[in-house]
This record gives sequence, C-alpha cells and structure tokens, in this order.
Amino acid sequence: MQSHILSIILFTPLVGAFVLLFVPKENKDAIRWTANIFALAGFLISLPLVPMFWAQRFLPGFKFLEGTPNNWIPSIGAGYNLGIDGISFLLIMLTTVLGWISILSSWTAIEIRVKEYYVWFLLLQTGMLGVFMALDFFLFFVFWEAMLVPMYLLIGIWGGPRKLYAAIKFFLYTLLGSVLMLLGILFLYFHHHTVTGFFTFSIPELYKTAPMIPFQTAIWLFVAFFIGFAIKVPMFPFHTWLPDAHVEAPTAGSVILAGVLLKMGTYGFVRFSLPFFPAVVSHPKVQGWVIFLSLVGIIYGALVSLMQKDMKKLVAYSSVSHLGFCTLGIFVLNSAGVTGSVLQQINHGISTGALFLIVGILYERRHTREIAEYGGISNVMPLYATITMIMFLSSMGLPLLNGFVGEFTILQGAFTANWRWAAWAAPGVVLAAAYLLWLYQRVFFGTVTNPKNEKLHDLTPREILTFVPLIIMALWIGLYPKPFFQILEQPVNQIVQTIHNNSNANAPVSAQVAPAPAPPATVAVAAKASN
Amino acid sequence: MLFAALCTWQIQSTLPPRGSLGFYNSLLVDRFAIYFWYLFLGGAAISILMSAHYLDVEDEDHGEYYALLLLSVVGMMCMAAGIDIVLLFIGLELMAISTYVLVGFLRRDRRSNEAALKYLLLGAFSSGIFAYGLSLWYGLSGGTNLAVIARAVSALNPHNPVVVIALLTTMVGLLFKIAAVPFHQWAPDAYEGAPTSITGFMSVAVKAAAWALLLRILVFGLWPLRSVYTPVIVIVSIATMTGANFAALTQTNTKRLLAYSSIAHVGYMLLAFVAMGTSALGSPGFLDGFKGILIYLLVYTFMNLGAFAVITSLRQRNVIGDELDDMAGLYQRAPLEAALMLLFLLSLAGIPPAAGFLGKYYIFLSLIESGHYALASLGVLYSLFGLYYYLKIANSMLMRAPMETERLPVSLGMRCAVGVAALATIVIGVYPEPFIRGVNWSLGIAQSPHVAAMIK
Repeated sequence: MQSHILSIILFTPLVGAFVLLFVPKENKDAIRWTANIFALAGFLISLPLVPMFWAQRFLPGFKFLEGTPNNWIPSIGAGYNLGIDGISFLLIMLTTVLGWISILSSWTAIEIRVKEYYVWFLLLQTGMLGVFMALDFFLFFVFWEAMLVPMYLLIGIWGGPRKLYAAIKFFLYTLLGSVLMLLGILFLYFHHHTVTGFFTFSIPELYKTAPMIPFQTAIWLFVAFFIGFAIKVPMFPFHTWLPDAHVEAPTAGSVILAGVLLKMGTYGFVRFSLPFFPAVVSHPKVQGWVIFLSLVGIIYGALVSLMQKDMKKLVAYSSVSHLGFCTLGIFVLNSAGVTGSVLQQINHGISTGALFLIVGILYERRHTREIAEYGGISNVMPLYATITMIMFLSSMGLPLLNGFVGEFTILQGAFTANWRWAAWAAPGVVLAAAYLLWLYQRVFFGTVTNPKNEKLHDLTPREILTFVPLIIMALWIGLYPKPFFQILEQPVNQIVQTIHNNSNANAPVSAQVAPAPAPPATVAVAAKASN
Repeated sequence: MLFAALCTWQIQSTLPPRGSLGFYNSLLVDRFAIYFWYLFLGGAAISILMSAHYLDVEDEDHGEYYALLLLSVVGMMCMAAGIDIVLLFIGLELMAISTYVLVGFLRRDRRSNEAALKYLLLGAFSSGIFAYGLSLWYGLSGGTNLAVIARAVSALNPHNPVVVIALLTTMVGLLFKIAAVPFHQWAPDAYEGAPTSITGFMSVAVKAAAWALLLRILVFGLWPLRSVYTPVIVIVSIATMTGANFAALTQTNTKRLLAYSSIAHVGYMLLAFVAMGTSALGSPGFLDGFKGILIYLLVYTFMNLGAFAVITSLRQRNVIGDELDDMAGLYQRAPLEAALMLLFLLSLAGIPPAAGFLGKYYIFLSLIESGHYALASLGVLYSLFGLYYYLKIANSMLMRAPMETERLPVSLGMRCAVGVAALATIVIGVYPEPFIRGVNWSLGIAQSPHVAAMIK
C-alpha cells in the first residue's frame, strides 16, 4: 500500500501558490487570507504524519515510500521517489510549522507586491519540503536548486537597503556549492553503474555502492559534497553570505533562512556525507579538520555576536555559532553526537526562528534594529519582554528548555570521542549566555531612554499566535525529550553503524561485483530494502 | 509561418524512409538531419512570430524579410543533411548570405549597417578559409563525399602537414560559424546591430545549423583525425568560456550581453564535444556527449528565443529598448513578460527545473563519464559567472523602479512567441523523458550499419 501523505504535504503550498495567481492583485486582504489558509493547511495536513510516523518509529529504513526509482525520467535513471526517516520527519515538521508561522508573521510587514510575495513564499515551502523528502538524487538536486530562486527574490525584492548585493551573494555562494555537488552526484551515479550495471539516482541504492569507492577518489567526492553543504550550513569560513542575507532579508525570510534553509546543509552531512563516505569521515585527519572548523565557528560566531550593534546581525552570527555545535555533533561520529546534532537543528529552528520574529516585531514598530536605539522596552511591552526572555533562555541552552537538551547531548558525544573537543566547545555556551543576556539587558531593562519608544504597543493576538507553537515546542523538548530521542534512535544508529563497519576496513572494498545486466525490476525490489 | 508549419508536417510524413540518400549521394536525410530540421523550423517559426510587430515598429515591414529568413532555413537544412562537401558549402553560403542581408535589414539604422558589413567581411573571409580546407580534402581523397573522405583520411598519417593544414582551415571555418573564441569577434557586433528578431534567430537556428555542420564534418567525415582536433577543441572551449564569460560581466546592453552569453554556451557545448572526441565511437561517453549537444541546442532554442522575444517587445516607436536600463522595472510594466523573462534567464543559467538545467546536466554527465573532472569543474565554475550576469538582468527587471510607468503593449504574435518558448522551457525541464527519447531516436542512426559503414 502506498500512502500519498508525503506528496500531499509537499504540494499543498504549490497548490496555494497556484490559487493565489488568480486572486486579484489589488485585493490585498484576500491575498493574505488565501496565503494564510494554505500555509495553515500545509501545517495541519502534516499533523497526521505524527501519529503515523510514531507507530513505526523503530522500523528500519525509509517510511512512507512513494514512487519507485527511475519512474520519472527512465532514460537517465531519475525517479519521483519520496520517503522519510526520523531525521527528515523532524525537519519536515519543523518546516511546516515555521512555514506557517512565517507567513502569519508577514501580515503587516509586507505592504508592497503582496501577491508575489506569498506566491514565492509558498513555492519556497514546497522546495524545502522536497529537499527533505526526496529519495532520489536528481529530484533532491532539483529541489535544492529550485528553492534558491524564491529565496533570492524574497531577499532581493522585499529586503533592506543592500538587498541586491545580499541577494546575489546568497545565490552565487550557494550555487557554487551545489554545482560542485552535482559533479559529485554524477560520479556516484557512474560508480553505481560500474558496480551494478544499471543507472539510477536512487539514494538507497547509492548507499550500497558509494562506500566501495576507493579512498583516494572518495576524498575528492567528500570535498565536493562538503563545500556544498558547508556553504549552506554555513561553516566557518564559508559563512560570509549569511550575515548579509539575514540582515537584508524580510523577517519571515530570515526565519525560514535560519530555521530551515541552514538545516539543509547539516541534513546533507547526515544524510549523504556520512553514509556515502564512511571511510573518509572517520579518517582522523578529515574528522579533525572538520571539527576544528566547527569549533572555530562556535567561538568565532559567539565572539562576533558580542560585538554587534545591530540586533539582527547579532542573531545571524549566533546562528554561525549554533550551527557549529550541529556540525561538531555530526562529525564526532557517535550516536550521542549525531542525535544531539539533529535535535539541536530542530532547537535552532525553534529558538532562532523566534529570535528573528522578535527582532522583526521591534523593527516593524520602530524601523530600526540598532541596539542603542532601545532600552527599557520591558516597561512598555511586558508580554513581549516575557516571551523574548523565554526564547533567549532557550537559545542559550538553559536547562528545562530545548537548547539545553541538544547542546548537552552534543557535548556528551564530543566528550566521549575526545574531551578536548568538548572543552573547546563549552565556552560557546557561556558566550551565548553573555551576548544574549547583554542584549536583553540593553534592550529591555532600565527605564525608557528613547522617547520614541514610549508609545510602543504590546503584541497583537496575531503576533502572540506566531509564538505559541514555538514556546510549546521549546518546553516540550526541554522537559520531555524522550519521544524525540526515540524517533532519532533508529536512523542515527544505522548511520553510526555504517561508519563503524567501514572505518575498520582501511583497504576499501574494491568494485569486485561483476557488472550484471540487471533487469529494471530489480531496481524496485532493491529500493525497498533500503536498510 | 504557415509555410514553416507545413514543412514540419511534410517532414513528419516523410519520416518512414529513414536515412535515405538523395541528390546523387550528396544528401542524407537521416534522423540526425530530421532532428535538426525540426530545430530550424521551430526556431524560424518563433522568430517569425516575433518579427511581425517589430518590423512594423521599425518601418521596415517588407516581404523580402520573410523570404530571406526561409531561404536561410533552406540553407540550414542542406547543412544538416548534406554529406557532400560541395552541398554543405552551398548550404552554408545560402544561409550566410541570407543572414548578412537580414542583419543589415534596418537600412536607416547605422548600427545595423555596420553590423552587416562587419559580418559580411569576416564571414566571407572565413568562408574562404573553409573552402580552402575543403578543397584540400578533395585533393587528399579524390572525392567530395564525406564517406569517401572518411575512408581516405583513415589511411593517411594524421600528422602529415597537409592533413593538419586541411583540418585546421576547416576547423577555423566551423569555429567561426559557431562563434567560438578566438573567432567570435563578429558575434557581439552582429547581434547588437541586427534587428532583434534576427538576433534571436541567429543565436539559435544559425548556430544550430553551424553545429550540425560541425558534427557532420568532424564526426561523420573526419573522425579518424580526432586525436588531432580534440586537443584544439579543448583549448578553444576553455578560451571560449573564459573570454565570453568575462566579457559578458561588464556589458550594459542586453543584446550584447546575451551575445556574449551565447558564445559562452558554445563553450559549454564544446566541452561535450571534447567528451565525445575522447571516447570511442558509439561508447556511452560519446553518445552522452552527442546527446548533450543535441539537447542543449534544443533547450537553448527555446530559452534564448524567449529571452530575445522579450527584448524585442521592448522596442517601441520611440524607445530602442536594448539597454539594461530599459529593462528596469519591467515587472511593473508587463508582469507576465517579466516573470517569463526570469524563467528564461534562470534556464540560461541552468537552474532546475527549467530546461536549461537538462542541457548542462548532460554536458557535465558526459564529461564525468569520460573522466574530464578538471574540465567539468571549470565548466561549473563558469556557470556561476553566467548566473551573475543573468541575475543582473533579473535584478533590474524585478527590483528596480521603472523609468516609465505606462504598461508595455505586447502584440499577439509576440505573446504567442513568448508563450510557446516558455511552455517548452518548462515542459522540457519538468518532464524531459519524451525529449530525451527524441534525441535518442535521432542518434539511433549513428549506430545503424548504414552510417557505421560510412564512418569506416
């Protein structure tokens, strides 16, 4: 039995975008309502996935498979093939929640070219979901690149003063990474053909053959993929596009950028780099370098955050620091690290998404993000101040909130692997507390110093609504993270197992399997056994 | 228009006698030829749709324009189907001379006159060199048929100076026609000066014809010499990508920018040719390279004509409309056209799911398959340059305030042209299977004994 829930989730926003095309441009409220209805529908439709997935959380392999390999473009072996495991499940839920929240938060923020804005946003939503669902490399790549276009336009049209520069920089940087990745994908594709005798882009199929690539070649492939993902994450020193993009993007764009787009890089590491090149990632030198870059990212991002005068830039650099934790967790290569990393990706989506919303709310009222312009805001906006405090604490990793669980698990994993790594990463937590609390103190505490801030009104019900799901999630993960660990247990163990099995075999298995002319039917059969 | 459509139908009905020889063995109507005929007709049809209103605006609406256009299509068809160097040359000249006149069709426009003269002089010069090369082949082999030449050449020492001179002069002619660096200087001027509808036509149909000629001669005729010409092609392709991409970065005239971009696209296609030249005949690498070139030409026809169609529609009574600034705020003036232009630009940059990605995909596929990792990396690097200058157009179109606020009037023919091009760009991008099959079909002939015997 094939369930079509993934396709339904994937294409709801696309349908929304299509419907929006027929709403008259002048009727802005109708456009807003339509877009919000579809965004909410996109979220609600994804909810049934939760119990369905929960029921099979311990089953191995990809679930909710849709389509078969090679059914889309048989001539080149690409298929419309969807499926998820625990890792992509969590990220998909994050995407649907944040997509809805971002669209809800744009109600008053976007006043010009409203229709286009929502059309692009919904298209972006489909693109992001597709990246997390695709089980076919060709399909994955199409979503991965197609998604850049709406983001580029969101920054370029509705962005701040330097929007053109930021939009082009964003596009060029991420494209540089992805074209190199394309070459890597093509190599895997041909390697699969040499080993098995048939062409396919099916990811579960490639899982089987990719680890056989000899080390000397695999390291180049790893680099090609690494650059693609590292730019997306972004890891130090590939991060320079991020502050520009974040500062110029509209609030909702920043939320999605930080909440979901950056996760594609880390998702790529977990989904592709680790299982495809187990021998390379577990090579001490490679691992050492990647972890070194992660640690530099953690410390550097935090230190630069401390120095920022612009709130949004501060949050942007804090992302560099937080994502450093995520990559650290991935590359310590044990189950605690990888689990913590995925969990931290979700946490970062929740907390940083909320932080960008928070900055956006102040910006919408005052049209400045300079920290010096504010002070004593808690007197005029008490509810806003409270919510901000919760989200700040969550972001800095205070126990009982979500950030703590993720960071703790990552540090635990790092400590097991090498205590020095954990020791270098730990100051990141302290610095996070420093830059966030200092920011809070400067903006919220004290008396209102700037007369312009005296008349600010507190949150509207719509704005409160945008925070509710985030706060619920933050508390849930913080207080009772067990379900999340259970969801992640199976896929993470499988990845760690792959690495463990392959890293011992220093002489990699050469392609000794005779190229057998396999009938196309075997492709479908083989794809089911994706474990 | 009707004539072109009729021809297409006519070809469809003559499909069954595949690969039949005609005109005393000088014409080979095989699937390869038919594929290109469709391309030429498609390109010509869209160009004609673009032209009607444009010529009216330019006050040059004469019937000769369409006659010349169709005459050049006849020349192209000879180029794609000919296997006799005399016929190939006649086809080439028929196409070229018609195009010289078309480039200079705007008699009152000095740019158009200058472009035509420049194109004529350089074109005639290159034709002379090309004819010289062809005559050497006749001298070396004693025949004018490509099959005879191929047989004779395989017996010759490939490093014989006469052979090398003949090869190089032939290649100069071919590379000039496809506008590869360093034989590209005519292209930006001719493209900028020509009537915009003709620029579009030249950049797709004329270029496809030149490619058909190049493939016919180098693959079908001179294949035994591939060890000699492939290194030259490698250098030329690198030079083409480098020169064109760097030059395009600084252009402020959209026609000129797209001219350089079309030269850059030639560079990518040459990469696929390198993959072909370094693989054995009929091997997967060879076939993928071949497919790459054919598919690239197909998608390029639609996306580039679409882009030129939008630029053509900017020409109004009192506006020339080919500067980058004229694009500013196009979104406010013609939202649909601007959105479709964005599609064409992204397709040219090779962003999926637009069709251009498929062309790029096949080229890099063939490169990886034949082991040219460095060339592939260089190619993807230059595709970033491409993205930058296409985004420059997109930026001014979508993100800048318009110079004029009135809505842009778009004629019906133009709407059809843009619509067809956009539809094809999306359909090929999202569901390429039938098109890949079509290309496979057209290459089927390359493996059939008929031509295989010819190549030997």
